[in-house]
Amino acid sequence: MSVLPPYALAMGMRIDHVEDGAPVIVMDTSDRAAGRPGYLHGGAIAGLLEIAAISALRADLGETYASVRIKPVNISVEYLRGGAMVPTYAQGHVIRAGRRIANVRAEVWQDSRDKPLASCWMNFLLKAKV
Amino acid sequence: MDKPTQGNSARSPIKPDSTFDASQFVQFMSNYGHTGFIGMQYRDQGHNWVELAMPWHEDLVGDPETGVLASGPIISLLDNAASMSVWALRGAFRPQVTLDLRVDYVRAAIPGKTVIAWAECYQLKQSMAFVRGIAHEGDIADPVAHAAGIFIQVESDGWARGLEEPA
Repeated sequence: MSVLPPYALAMGMRIDHVEDGAPVIVMDTSDRAAGRPGYLHGGAIAGLLEIAAISALRADLGETYASVRIKPVNISVEYLRGGAMVPTYAQGHVIRAGRRIANVRAEVWQDSRDKPLASCWMNFLLKAKV
Repeated sequence: MDKPTQGNSARSPIKPDSTFDASQFVQFMSNYGHTGFIGMQYRDQGHNWVELAMPWHEDLVGDPETGVLASGPIISLLDNAASMSVWALRGAFRPQVTLDLRVDYVRAAIPGKTVIAWAECYQLKQSMAFVRGIAHEGDIADPVAHAAGIFIQVESDGWARGLEEPA
């Protein structure tokens, strides 16, 4: 995935590096991501998880990506700890990508990957571009 | 801390005769942070529900080919409406955090249209609040997304922190 969508760029997200075939997305600290004083907004964390999940799926699909449209079907986020106003990382992991459905998990963390702020599963519908 | 004085349950977490003004709260929050970025606006509120709006904006787009909004801002709007629905029912603001939130994207939001998020707190316990919400574009029978979530009440200590403190 070479270019992130306008929402992700506006939120200060970019690809940090690629690890085990999936991009690690980093979100810079900014007021745009702030929720309660001193902490990230839960919606910003969910938004970062979604971008990481979609990026992982794009990478997984490889050349197939050009011929399909990815539609998010649903997401379930569990919040594990509050997010400080520091650079925040997320990576998705494709559990299964079939012909029509893809199941992806993603985690978001800050200082230590062992202490995730939140995790999610997402389901996607894959539709052939006509 | 709330000390219920009436109602059919002695354990009712709802304060009698108190109100949470979502309009004022949104007016304050819309100048700051993530809620300011997504352009959150107040629409309406009831005893256990709040309705917010988010005008379409190019910074919120997920698919530049079509102009369809990213799902992130829709989650944020639903999360905020749901959170405020708890305070509406409780009758006062009280620190809480999202425990989990599930969103089903029924269809893509129509490019250029304002997204409206209605959410209600359908069960309020001492420590947990159960919420559900619907995002739509004016006709709630034609939803963009459905949400279900749980908020957990927390102590004020540590809920917010000043910028001078180390993160």
